[in-house]
Amino acid sequence: MRINLLLVVLFLSACQSNNQADLKKQVEVFSWWTSGSEAAALESVLETYRALYPDVEVVNASIAGGGGSAARPVLQTRLIGGIPPDTWQTHHGAELMGQYVAPGFAASLKDLYAAEGWHELFSPSLIDMISNDGEPYLVVLNLHRSNTLWYNKPVLTEYGFSIGESLDIDELFEILEQLNTTDVSPMCMGDTGIWATGIMFENTLLGTIGPDRYLGLWNGTTSFMDTDVMEAIRIYDRLLDYLNSDHAALSWDQAADKMASGDCVFYSMGDWAYGEFIRDGLQENIDFGWVAHPGSDGIHLLVTDGFTMAKDAPNPQETLNMLRVMGDRVVQEDFNLLKGSICARNDCDRSRFGPYLQWAMDEYAKGVAVPTVIHGSAAPADFQQALNDALTDFVVRRNKEAFAKTLANEAKVSGFGS
Amino acid sequence: MADKHWYTRHKGILILLPSLLLTAIFIYGFIGSSFFFSLTNWRTLAVDLSLRDPLWQTYAEMLAMPRFQADLRNTLVFTILFIGFAITIGLGLAILLDRQITGKGFFRNTFLFPYALSFIVTGVVWRWIFNPETGINLFFDILGINQALEAAGFDPLAPGWTTDPTIVFSVNQLLSHIWPSGNAFQIEWGIPVALIPVAIAATWQLSGFVMAMYLGGLGGISPHLRDAARIDGAGEFRLYRSVIIPMLNPITISTLIILIHVSLKIFDLVFSMSGVGPGFATDVPAIFVFEMMFKAARYNLGAAASIVMLVASSLIIVPYLMHTFKNRE
Repeated sequence: MRINLLLVVLFLSACQSNNQADLKKQVEVFSWWTSGSEAAALESVLETYRALYPDVEVVNASIAGGGGSAARPVLQTRLIGGIPPDTWQTHHGAELMGQYVAPGFAASLKDLYAAEGWHELFSPSLIDMISNDGEPYLVVLNLHRSNTLWYNKPVLTEYGFSIGESLDIDELFEILEQLNTTDVSPMCMGDTGIWATGIMFENTLLGTIGPDRYLGLWNGTTSFMDTDVMEAIRIYDRLLDYLNSDHAALSWDQAADKMASGDCVFYSMGDWAYGEFIRDGLQENIDFGWVAHPGSDGIHLLVTDGFTMAKDAPNPQETLNMLRVMGDRVVQEDFNLLKGSICARNDCDRSRFGPYLQWAMDEYAKGVAVPTVIHGSAAPADFQQALNDALTDFVVRRNKEAFAKTLANEAKVSGFGS
Repeated sequence: MADKHWYTRHKGILILLPSLLLTAIFIYGFIGSSFFFSLTNWRTLAVDLSLRDPLWQTYAEMLAMPRFQADLRNTLVFTILFIGFAITIGLGLAILLDRQITGKGFFRNTFLFPYALSFIVTGVVWRWIFNPETGINLFFDILGINQALEAAGFDPLAPGWTTDPTIVFSVNQLLSHIWPSGNAFQIEWGIPVALIPVAIAATWQLSGFVMAMYLGGLGGISPHLRDAARIDGAGEFRLYRSVIIPMLNPITISTLIILIHVSLKIFDLVFSMSGVGPGFATDVPAIFVFEMMFKAARYNLGAAASIVMLVASSLIIVPYLMHTFKNRE
């Protein structure tokens, strides 16, 4: 009798929770934006949505961890288990295509793009990177630039250097060599997360072999054993000689703080570091300056954040509305001002952004955008991990041939290498 | 009546059935499926259960990976360091506390306390202690040790702790003499310096537990035995070396088994304290499994590594269990 009573109670409570779900519509947004500026930027998007659709409950399912390192395991498990969130954050390119489009987890957004006229408002190279068979699968919120070389202006002035519009690799090494005799560390690095040194590697790679050969790495026309790639590895290896000695104990943002305080001078890092400098109270063009990483002028090494729609989204209409909000011009402006990046749309009001972001917009407008491998856009996840592992090994053992051979082999195993 | 008879006869099995069923599914079933996945081509988010050709290719690739070789080395070194430290300190503490000192209860609880913490907490705390910028290195300055060294013309002490990539006591040379194919190893076999702080943190957490085990054992040794040994002329040292410690052997074996399987499976402490470390100096198989499964989506590789971990633990546990059962019979 007691058991029967228990069952009745369980049954009733189950009914009740169903009713509640019917009463209030939901949309679940899954991301890894939990830190100060990121969370605030995401919240600005969700606020706009709430104002437009007050009867829908927005579930902000964000999981902390840089680059989605902790969020992706949870997402993978939910996708394979058949309980996807309505929409989730992902980088463009290989991560989107290999992880979510090819296995059939993400829905095509062709109709949404057509209805909103977004083909006119996003650049063709970006649309290309988020499309499969001509159908887009992602609404891109922001564009980060990975290949920027930051420098501490007052320290360089103190030692008698001034940097112009651009810097080539020989000029850089000349300055590094002279700085090496002083008390400051010539280059900044914080690679407790190995991807931070990976950014310097990928920037050097792009700057040395150029965009066409760089793209060739990911479709098999360039091999990691080719002479120009070996040259890039040699340059990267030389750069490692100029790092701050405590780099293995610092995270990327601690290294940015180190540059801000003048303990080290040059920092090859994506422009999420820009947000860090601004937060440290630095003035653009006065306390810090920037150029394209040597050799990569006019090329934009793209790191994007965008949102998909689940094929089996529990709330499809609400999800489409959410994506529509994310593609809106004013929403993108507000979001990117908080995030410290530039709009994915081409028609944002540039006067709202500071000198660095305006420079980044100009560089992006030159039309040569290439995908990042460190953030999963250029190559599949298994190669991304293999590259991180090879770098972990390389920065300690510094064996250039073994490094190139491992990468060439892993590219083959992963299915894109020649 | 007949029903009742049947029920009485099979009561044992019936009571055990639910847990047998759950064990079969959730332990042996999943071990079996993991083993199966390790033989397949499943290496992206799209499930691909076709078998690899050759069948053991994933295992071959894994064993050739410098990272996995480093993991095996680290597990071995960590196990030896950690167990050496923990058993020595735990036994020492137990012997001291067994000698009826004042405040025995207080000390026992103090030493046992770290055992109650989660490994994650221990890892985060010790990460800060061994941080080369802000941790115990500051003491070398505060206590004047570095000033004294510099005055004497030496370099100041500033160990990198978990960020130090050096491997000491490398035995690669030796290895290549006695085992020519040992050259296939792409890593240095030796003691990664960065592993030592991790072993210290693990010792801090578990030596209290070892102490408690030994205190239990010491309590079971009759005072008459000690008296008899003393009458026979044994000094205190001899008493422990020849009588008491040999009598603690069963405790030592149980403790060893428990500590070894903690050490083989360790993940949370290392993950929160040092991660994979510089040049994989502190990487362990469990972190390898996690990263390959959930970051690289190489499900076959992650499954293969977890099977290797299972086999390694079984090599320790199975002989122990067989030994115990034999003794009971």
